[in-house]
Amino acid sequence: MTFIAKPRLHHPSLVKNKAGFTRRDYEGAVSTLCAGCGHDSISAAIIQACYELDILPHQVAKLSGIGCSSKAPTYFVGASHGFNTVHGRMPSVMTGANLANRDLIYMGVSGDGDSASIGLGQFAHIMRRGVNMTYIVMNNGVYGLTKGQFSATADKGSISKKGVANSDSSIDLVSMAILMGATFVGRSFSGDKHQLVPLIKAAMMHKGAAFLDVISPCVAFNNHAGSTKSYEYVREHNEALNRLDFIEGRAEIIADYAPGTATTVQQHDGSLLRLRKLGEDYDPSDKIAAMKRVQEGLAAGEVVTGLLYVDPTPTDLHANLNTVDVPLNSLQTADLCPGPQALDRINASLR
Amino acid sequence: MPQAITAVNDFVVKFANVNGSGSASANELFARAILRMGVPVSPRNIFPSNIQGLPTWYEVRITEKGYLGRRGGVDLMVAMNPQTWAEDVKEIEPGGYLFYDSTKPMPSSAFRDDVNVIGVPLTAICNATYTDARQRQLFKNIIYVGALSVLLDIDPKEIERLFSEQYKGKEKLLDSNVKALQLGRDWAAQHLDADAVRLKVRRADAVGDRIFVEGNNAAALGAVYGGATVCAWYPITPSSSLAEAFSNHCKRLRHDKETGKAKYAIVQAEDELASIGMVIGAAWNGARAFTATSGPGISLMTEFIGLAYFAEVPAVIVNVQRGGPSTGMPTRTQQSDLFSCAYASNGDTKHVLLFPEDPRECFEFTAEALDLADRLQTPIFVMTDLDIGMNHRLCRPFRWDEQRVFDRGKVMTAEELEAGKTFGRYLDVDGDGIPFRTYPGTHPTKGSFFTRGTTKNEYARYSEEGPVYVRNMERLQRKFATAARIAPQPLRYSSPKATRYGVIYFGSTSPAMAEALDHLEADGHHVNALRVRSFPFSQAVEDFIHEHDKVFVVEQNRDGQLRSMLMSEFTLDARKLVSVLHYDGTPITARFIAADIAKKLGQFKVVSFDKAAS
Ligand SMILES: Cc1ncc(C[n+]2csc(CCOP(=O)(O)OP(=O)(O)O)c2C)c(N)n1
Ligand code: SF4
Repeated sequence: MTFIAKPRLHHPSLVKNKAGFTRRDYEGAVSTLCAGCGHDSISAAIIQACYELDILPHQVAKLSGIGCSSKAPTYFVGASHGFNTVHGRMPSVMTGANLANRDLIYMGVSGDGDSASIGLGQFAHIMRRGVNMTYIVMNNGVYGLTKGQFSATADKGSISKKGVANSDSSIDLVSMAILMGATFVGRSFSGDKHQLVPLIKAAMMHKGAAFLDVISPCVAFNNHAGSTKSYEYVREHNEALNRLDFIEGRAEIIADYAPGTATTVQQHDGSLLRLRKLGEDYDPSDKIAAMKRVQEGLAAGEVVTGLLYVDPTPTDLHANLNTVDVPLNSLQTADLCPGPQALDRINASLR
Repeated sequence: MPQAITAVNDFVVKFANVNGSGSASANELFARAILRMGVPVSPRNIFPSNIQGLPTWYEVRITEKGYLGRRGGVDLMVAMNPQTWAEDVKEIEPGGYLFYDSTKPMPSSAFRDDVNVIGVPLTAICNATYTDARQRQLFKNIIYVGALSVLLDIDPKEIERLFSEQYKGKEKLLDSNVKALQLGRDWAAQHLDADAVRLKVRRADAVGDRIFVEGNNAAALGAVYGGATVCAWYPITPSSSLAEAFSNHCKRLRHDKETGKAKYAIVQAEDELASIGMVIGAAWNGARAFTATSGPGISLMTEFIGLAYFAEVPAVIVNVQRGGPSTGMPTRTQQSDLFSCAYASNGDTKHVLLFPEDPRECFEFTAEALDLADRLQTPIFVMTDLDIGMNHRLCRPFRWDEQRVFDRGKVMTAEELEAGKTFGRYLDVDGDGIPFRTYPGTHPTKGSFFTRGTTKNEYARYSEEGPVYVRNMERLQRKFATAARIAPQPLRYSSPKATRYGVIYFGSTSPAMAEALDHLEADGHHVNALRVRSFPFSQAVEDFIHEHDKVFVVEQNRDGQLRSMLMSEFTLDARKLVSVLHYDGTPITARFIAADIAKKLGQFKVVSFDKAAS
């Protein structure tokens, strides 16, 4: 049950990262999701990514909507503040939170029902505003928490557990995100942590709107033969465009890599995205090519995964609004209140 | 000429125009010139939900006594709209005046025998002077202001001074406006008998240090002074000008001097769902945040408002009310969102409402709402309306205490956590129902919690246990009782004579009420009055009701929403509360209130208190 906190006993031999925390410090409460749910694997990947990035746990703010997937923030980074908002409207809450304190690391977690149905509008607008965040959709093609209805990402023709065929076209969130202006867009699979962990790390260090669509099979309602979001289907149809190594902007590490074997994209903050290419000609910084490749994949029934698009020099909402460098929530009366003299001048101008 | 109304500094002029004809600034100029002569004015915009072509009115009440509500009736109609001619002519008081464009002859049937007619060939004058179509249109308005200034004795110097303020640095515009004004004045001086018009403006000293400002502008300034750093909004009449004014104030007052960067963030959201979501996110994260909206926006926000109530997140919502239900009357005024705000969202929810009476209180209450939201950790509604929000009102100048600092409420700091202070997000440590919160990112290992709309225990852990839920709901009720103590208290006005009758009112009804009370008193009807300034109601409201045999509840909605709320909050005999309701979309008038109360007093077969006592 979620209200049972894990015992905070640490094995003395657990390895600490540079921030002084062990991997266990990035865990949360015990999961109440179904055993084998893809969402738990994604939580594990987030834990791994935060640990490897040496993040201070309390510097993370994790927000979600409503759904099984949106419960996931309870299960990672327990020492940070979390916010389960309302169904589909986490993006606006995250936007407001980000405006209030630009210094925290924002992690948004949502489901495909949450983001592609009720919340599609807010999903689109948070991408176009360039909120500095990592937005992860745990995409299983169904409504898990309300027991198995199709979501808007279910492929046309896919069959539900009850044998009903989906007659509506599906929404591809990755295409939506690129179109709407997200500056970092990737897709992965909950069962592929080698691809997923570096993608999450890179997304978290990206200084703009980063979106990850993670196929996450629902073992209760959508892991059967007719589903295109089942483990089997995704394993068979996964075409990984690239494997990613995320390297923080520290000069000495760059030298560790032999040149010529891969493409490297350098982000604004100096961090490097090193892509081991599978598709020979794939360039994730070319937005139009990215759109084309994703659409080709959709047409061929492939789940194209990897870092699909990145703008290495993004701007974010704070840059667009030209806000001060310190968090707005740190400003005090003296910083904000113009005082009685200014008010007298205003009074005089109103006579 | 028929009998003529004679009045000095106490009459009503109404301008009937066509939307989009550029008359608004000329009409406002007329009102301001009188104000500059030291005579209070109270103007009202009555405009359609349309950009061009439909009728629009601007009513100026000239009122040396300082009555700022609508009086009702019109003494001088400036009838510039053929479309509404018949109804405009009908509205003039017997013995009043009709000012019109006499370029085209009108049949005598178009006039009234008991009304004095003043014709000025405005179109002809314009056509003779200007060739450009837009100039002909715009200067026609200035020309009628010029002619009126002669008839009513308005000092042209005041108008010219206003021009020079408005067109500072734009000499060409200044000159051409002054010329148009003179054109109107010259024509009137040569062709009209100014003495025949017995409505006059005389210089007075009745304005004092009062300011002339719209409620939306004032509320926006209150948000600046109250320390709002995040504003998220979505355009809707009549609240849009509030967010726009906030933006303008911030541009002047809130940029860092060294870097030029903004100490605020304003987002025009994709809809009201998002605007309240952003407010909640920002406030959860320790910033002061607000949104401004109107009825339909509130409807969209309700799910989020319920979340903020139950998860105990501050939020300030300024609701500039308009006519409902649904899209209703977008450009008309009402006080009909009390239910939808006080009880917004599913389940047992209740919210704090503040009712400002004028722009000054819009300023004060918006700043206060930001403190209250932080102190109570809950949504606070500032319930203004179109009548205050979009009309210029004379009011006491804004004041701010130099010593005042923002009250951020119960926020536990890293130091307090480090010192071992117990933190339970929903623990009622002080018995006032208000728990402590922490901002995200406060401490590496202590004080973090999960915010959620689902039920939880004192330590913010999910729990559906009945007793835990009930405990939490009871604490929220205690918090609501605290709100009744710390929100703005009601103000009481006592009749000079003892009486068994009382009247309760709120918000923009205030100026009309003040005048109505004088009328009633003059007619020998004594009533005590109580202006409610917030919900939950304080004990003083219940006491007031118990002190009187009958209490009139004056409000601008059909269903007597305030009355219902009084009945549900207190144990009362329902027959005691008598509704006085006005809800046609126009601001309530003193005449209406006084007449309705007098009529109802008659129905009770009142024996006056004096007689009963003797
Ligand atoms: C306004 C509103 N409507 C409906 C619901 C019911 N509801 C809860 S979760 C959910 C769907 C969740 O699906 P998804 O986002 O795909 O998450 P999953 O459970 O599959 O991880 C719905 C419809 C709700 N909580 N709020
Ligand atoms: S119902 Fe599906 S999505 Fe929900 S926890 Fe179970 S497996 Fe996961």
